[in-house]
Amino acid sequence: MDRLEALEAQSIFILREAVNRLNPLAMLWSVGKDSNALLWLARKAFFGRVPFPVILLDTGNEFREVYAFRDRLIDEWGLTYIDAPCPPIEETDPSLPPKARAAARKTLGLRRIIAERGFRGVILGIRRDEQAVRGKERVFSPRDAAGGWDFRHQPAEFWDQYNAEPPPGGHMRVHPLLAWAELDVWRYIKREGVPVVPLYFARDGKRFRSLGERDICFPVPSSASTIAEIIAELEATREAERAGRAMDHESEDAFERLRAQGYM
Amino acid sequence: MMAPPFNLVVVGHVDHGKSTLIGRLLHEAGALPGGKVDELRQASERRGVPLEWSFVLDSLQAERDQAVTIDTTRFCLTIDSRDLVIIDAPGHREFLANMVSGAAGADAAVLVVDAAEGLQDQTRRHAYLLRLLGLEEVAAVVNKVDLVDFSETRFRALEGETRALLEGLGIRPRVVLPTSARHGDNVTRASPRLPWYEGPTLAQTLAGFAPAATAEAAPLRFPIQDVYRQDDQRILVGRIESGRIAVGDTLLFSPSNKLARVKSLEAWPGPRPESAGAGRSIGVILDRPLFVERGEVASHVEHAPLRANRFRASVFWLGAEALREGYDDRLRLGTREVPVTVERIERVIDTDTLATVELGRVERDQVAELLLRSPALLALDDHARLPRTGRFVLRGNGATLAGGFASLRDVADQRPALSDKDEHLTPVAHKVTRGARAARFAHKGGVLWLTGLSAAGKSTLAMAVEQHLFRKGYAVYVLDGDNIRSGLNADLGFSPEDRVENIRRVGEVAALFADAGFLCITAFISPYRADRARARAATPPGGFHEIYVSADLATCEARDPKGLYRKARAGEIRDFTGISAPYEPPETPSLVVDTVEAPLEACVEQILAYVEQHFARGRVEEERGGERA
Repeated sequence: MDRLEALEAQSIFILREAVNRLNPLAMLWSVGKDSNALLWLARKAFFGRVPFPVILLDTGNEFREVYAFRDRLIDEWGLTYIDAPCPPIEETDPSLPPKARAAARKTLGLRRIIAERGFRGVILGIRRDEQAVRGKERVFSPRDAAGGWDFRHQPAEFWDQYNAEPPPGGHMRVHPLLAWAELDVWRYIKREGVPVVPLYFARDGKRFRSLGERDICFPVPSSASTIAEIIAELEATREAERAGRAMDHESEDAFERLRAQGYM
Repeated sequence: MMAPPFNLVVVGHVDHGKSTLIGRLLHEAGALPGGKVDELRQASERRGVPLEWSFVLDSLQAERDQAVTIDTTRFCLTIDSRDLVIIDAPGHREFLANMVSGAAGADAAVLVVDAAEGLQDQTRRHAYLLRLLGLEEVAAVVNKVDLVDFSETRFRALEGETRALLEGLGIRPRVVLPTSARHGDNVTRASPRLPWYEGPTLAQTLAGFAPAATAEAAPLRFPIQDVYRQDDQRILVGRIESGRIAVGDTLLFSPSNKLARVKSLEAWPGPRPESAGAGRSIGVILDRPLFVERGEVASHVEHAPLRANRFRASVFWLGAEALREGYDDRLRLGTREVPVTVERIERVIDTDTLATVELGRVERDQVAELLLRSPALLALDDHARLPRTGRFVLRGNGATLAGGFASLRDVADQRPALSDKDEHLTPVAHKVTRGARAARFAHKGGVLWLTGLSAAGKSTLAMAVEQHLFRKGYAVYVLDGDNIRSGLNADLGFSPEDRVENIRRVGEVAALFADAGFLCITAFISPYRADRARARAATPPGGFHEIYVSADLATCEARDPKGLYRKARAGEIRDFTGISAPYEPPETPSLVVDTVEAPLEACVEQILAYVEQHFARGRVEEERGGERA
């Protein structure tokens, strides 16, 4: 097995564990490259059919291309789709820095949809290499009733014996892509022919490397207009993937505080 | 093609500089993203400390403020075009569960020892865990040699102690090397301050570890993770833990001891592979409708796992409360979860001192040799021979409390000779065909499987439908609790295991009735999908019709004809479906009968109409041409 095959096999194993052990279960789908790769993995794991609904945390502020792409894939892949509107910024924690507050709308939207539908498990496409705080995550990670992450007391997790018993009123976050790196995702997308939103490709000397809402996510200089060129660019760069994500850089602990409160 | 990730864990006593060593290594190897060093400098200045490399890994505020690693993390790194994943494991005793969570996934390890402090209790404990985890590729680093003035004498003394510790545990370290991580000596570059040292740098050491051995040459172990129904086929899914599987192979399932051949390996979007090896997550279709479920392990007939329920194991205990003899909880081995009891604590090892202690109990962080017993049979491997299927965890309160390694010393295989059962399984073909029976009875045989909550109306409906159909000339019979529990299943109680067995037998008997050409109606709560799926698998294809007798819990509780709900609410009955045990409604029932909305007669009519449509004479004539002789 090569690297991508090994990563794929492990992610499929995790997805199948989630479906076996957590019910009701859903997946967060930002329509970005990672969650598209994850959806593709789910189709492989379950032989073409995605057996859980996919949720878009909708700020109403996503890019037009994202909405169009979403509609296309729902149709083509036969997805069960849940639109989860995010509460306005006024309802977020006012002590957070401003861009983090914009991001925290998603935390609230997520909390609300989980409460509404009673999900016991939510699958997310986060990776360890994206952000140092995410590096500390477990594959199956418990969240309390308020959605909070108790990173000081994470349960033991080894030999793929995952914890699938959410705390009372809480849920499990499941992270099948935790071990993947950004380049792995792109190489996998290329190898498997996974469709991605055109915003990742350079236009007028810029492209999005990491995709979020319109107001807190910025394109980076690039001339990469094909997946092969993106891979070549990433092999050469030392820029951080989330450099274009304003909320990560406002203060040292901004991202940790977001995550402790239930952000992805 | 890039190799699979090679995982390397860094362990050792708290404050001996593990995170700093990794942070420095990542920096010098160019693995840190742009801007990271500036960010670290600012974070360090805010805390009034010199540039702190450990902040690369210690990303949590609490970790930075207290200068201690709380949880494990990983970083990717490329050295000499070799891709490594570096796992940082906390050294503080309080976080041993986190250390194990990191170290258990590693292919190799680096043990870090502080040149000034020397070997400490966590050094010994971590070294012991490395041995238990079966890590053979190990290097040791004597760090902070700047604190002992780069003294060769001090280094040689510690090198001797470290080698003695590791070799005493049966680990031969690849190398013991000096570093000063804070100042970058001997991390990726040889240091002029260590002129007496001629061995490899840390980076060279890491790049020189032997690649992880593949388990493909070992005997096949394919634990079933789940079973999916797709287009009327059952796909067994799971990951191959060792060995290879190929189309046409005969598989032996343990512990159930059933045999079947691999008809195909499924894949989406295709093409279907002819074979697959260790590490792959696959889907298998068998040549016959065998009922196997999650937890079974497929192997080849020769080289099968042992079938046993009592065995010895080394266990490291992470639970806050001490483990004692008689401890009763759950054991997870692969995808199987069963109850387990600690029958005897045979030996306890204090991992601080590595001495054997006489305690009669196992405290947190201690290692023990135990005799374990489960009421259920397991498919067991010896950890020394097949590591991935010879290890297990103990669970309690929804958490992993221990990791264990099975030993098959003195364990008797409880597998009955296969020839008793499976080789003679090829049935002698009946001379009376199914079609002939259907012609005689003027309807097809089959099973109407009624499922629903207690007091939903299953038995009442079943008896009424039976009466109507009998009058119409049907060969029909109802199986319900009264006629089954008093005879065939008189030996069964109401434990979870017995309930599963109860439904299994009902399914088998119903299938025999169906095969004999009868229309068999069953009236059991049968709350679990898996149990009903098993009954479906026992019935000839197309013969099983699941009828959901739907009534909400409140209505059933109000009806409560036998007073069972009242007793369940009072706690007099345990595991009562709907109250203290779950009911899993059918996902795609053949028919839903709602006894809340419709009166009894209407529900009976609904079922009769369904039977007319699916079993009656006209249908028989139509389909006879297609029926196998």
